[in-house]
Amino acid sequence: MVVDVVLKPEISDPQGQAVLGALGRLGHPGVRSVRQGKHFVLEVDGDPDETELRQIAETLLANPVIEDVELHLPTD
Amino acid sequence: MRIGVITFPGSLDDVDAARAVRLAGGEPVVLWHADHDLAGVDAVVLPGGFSYGDYLRAGAIAARAPLMREVVDRAHAGLPVLGICNGFQVLCEAGLLPGALTRNGHLHFRNRDQALLVERADTAWTSSYAEGQTIVVPVKNGEGRYVAAPAELDRLEAEGRVVVRYAGGNPNGSARDIAGVCSADGRVVGLMPHPEHAVEDLTGPSTDGLGFFTSVLQQVVAG
Repeated sequence: MVVDVVLKPEISDPQGQAVLGALGRLGHPGVRSVRQGKHFVLEVDGDPDETELRQIAETLLANPVIEDVELHLPTD
Repeated sequence: MRIGVITFPGSLDDVDAARAVRLAGGEPVVLWHADHDLAGVDAVVLPGGFSYGDYLRAGAIAARAPLMREVVDRAHAGLPVLGICNGFQVLCEAGLLPGALTRNGHLHFRNRDQALLVERADTAWTSSYAEGQTIVVPVKNGEGRYVAAPAELDRLEAEGRVVVRYAGGNPNGSARDIAGVCSADGRVVGLMPHPEHAVEDLTGPSTDGLGFFTSVLQQVVAG
């Protein structure tokens, strides 16, 4: 199972802005915006439980005050 | 009066915080994050540092430490709690204070003497000051930019929850120059600057920070 954590749109991301600045210097002026986030890969015993995963994501992996979560469960 | 200072793995300023308690006239009590017992202390200080190396988010793992469950429960019952720098981050992560602390807007670690405007002189930790007083204490952080949703900031301002505000320049891009906030009952206070580093002429830019520690001693005596 994968959890992606990204800053909420209204929270400024100075790290992403620094990456954007470097991309401009490297000759990629077409990149308009960079937002930096976190990517968690969880291996669990048994079937993945979306409710439990959401609880894990929203109580520890992300801070809901400033971050949003995206859950990706195995599809097979 | 016994004031607990909690040490987490990676705490740096726990000894200075204990020293500030002693200089203010209190008895510092060393507490360990993995304990389950607050040892009957009258108030708690969460010190500065880099608990768990700031892994995940600054203060996030420390906020889930065993002793923090006890701190949260007791804080809801009125126990005075002060979070300084990393301690402020822990209190926000634990849900005892609103908002969050994020990477400084300019991405640099900032270490300097900082003027602060005291806007609340009636909390458990600021009653030794006068409202509108300016104090100077060190600030030193890389993730000290206070943020919250605009509506939340409006609510905090309306409720008078901003305890100290940066004066003479904002060191990290904090929203509305907010340096520290308090709980609704004024018993839990968190701030990024370091009052415990401004308690002696020899080592600090002033002794302005001592007031945080004398304040809580007066509160505890009065209570």
